[in-house]
Amino acid sequence: MNTEIGFFKRLNDWVNGDEDRIFPSKNEYDSPELPEPPVAKSSLPNKDILFLSSYQVIAITVVLGLVFVLLYTVYKLPLFGVADNPAVNEVVERYVEKGLEETGAVNVVAGMILDYRAFDTLGESSVLLLAITSVMMLLLRDEKNIDPEEDLITEHEAVFEDQSRDVILQNVTTILLPAIMLYGIYVILNGHLSPGGGFSGGAILGAGLILYATGFGHNRVRKFFSMKTFRALTTTALLSYGLLKSYSFLLGANHLPTHIPLGIPGAIFSSGLIFVLDICVGLIVACTMYGFYAVFSRGEI
Amino acid sequence: MNIISELINDRFMIAAVLLFGLGFMNLLLQKNLIKKIIAFNVMDSAIFLFLASQGYINGRIAPIITNGILDSEVYINPIPSGLVLTGIVVSVSVTAFFLALTVRLYGIYKTVDFDEIMLLVDKEAE
Repeated sequence: MNTEIGFFKRLNDWVNGDEDRIFPSKNEYDSPELPEPPVAKSSLPNKDILFLSSYQVIAITVVLGLVFVLLYTVYKLPLFGVADNPAVNEVVERYVEKGLEETGAVNVVAGMILDYRAFDTLGESSVLLLAITSVMMLLLRDEKNIDPEEDLITEHEAVFEDQSRDVILQNVTTILLPAIMLYGIYVILNGHLSPGGGFSGGAILGAGLILYATGFGHNRVRKFFSMKTFRALTTTALLSYGLLKSYSFLLGANHLPTHIPLGIPGAIFSSGLIFVLDICVGLIVACTMYGFYAVFSRGEI
Repeated sequence: MNIISELINDRFMIAAVLLFGLGFMNLLLQKNLIKKIIAFNVMDSAIFLFLASQGYINGRIAPIITNGILDSEVYINPIPSGLVLTGIVVSVSVTAFFLALTVRLYGIYKTVDFDEIMLLVDKEAE
């Protein structure tokens, strides 16, 4: 270890990721031969130096001013935790007092986001689908988006990964994965009864899939979760969400009977559409989470 | 004395504002694109903390009706919880999109340093 450089300099370098002087590690992975990357000019043009030096001063001033204004706003806002906050108005009263009767959901937040404000949640799910679509447009490697250099790196990494499958990770995954998946399904199905719901449960399912892919490799996941499954699941879930909710909004808003039974509050099969919509949202979130991981790490699902 | 107790009472909102400022400053000053994205996420977290603290009411419980009490005086405000949920989803989506763009930029310029990328862009334009 280099003793001439001070501790704080080393710490600073380590935090900045410039050079690992604190925990020097042997580089076990020798990367394939790559062409030289383009090098930026080290000296800045003269006209930019003034801008750069004043830029930092301006940035700090702007941020400090903004923080001051926001702190003053917080000082003028109603106190934290008081009941006569103007945000606690008749809307909250309505949601809490009539929510159980009108939506059948014991969890008022679930009843709110999947019944009163269900189109908001449809928008959220569409945002997720849009995000995974645009990430795929940028990173998915198919016949139209081929970079031989990147393919070389990915191939190299795949070989390296297959040679060094971690036994501890695999065994822990085997033990943990059923519990994780079961817990995710539990959180999704109990969305209208307890804290949780489609988003959190879907994130847990996605995390389980990611853990499995890390332990056993993408090819094992692809046996049951391929691009085809991904497309089918996300589009079906989003479409059925939209159709079901359009039906209930069309009739419910006009005071026509929707013939959707609300069930006994507190039972697992209750609260009408919320139960189904939670499953749809959970599927979309799980697919998207795993999709992000797969596209970022391998460029394919 | 009064202002100090008020400050302690409003600690979550103050922490949210300070976190927001911290994230914003890093967003402006960091040159590394990945660090810019992390700073953006810190700002998101600050907003979620602020919203969640706006929904809380002292001495009340989470809005899950388990014992049949249908009185809005018993439960906290459920609306900010729903808003935070929306915010988290959008934050995740935007972060993923930013990261994908950064990966593409790295593929072209072989660096994630914003200044170097701008220099290379200038060089290309010449």
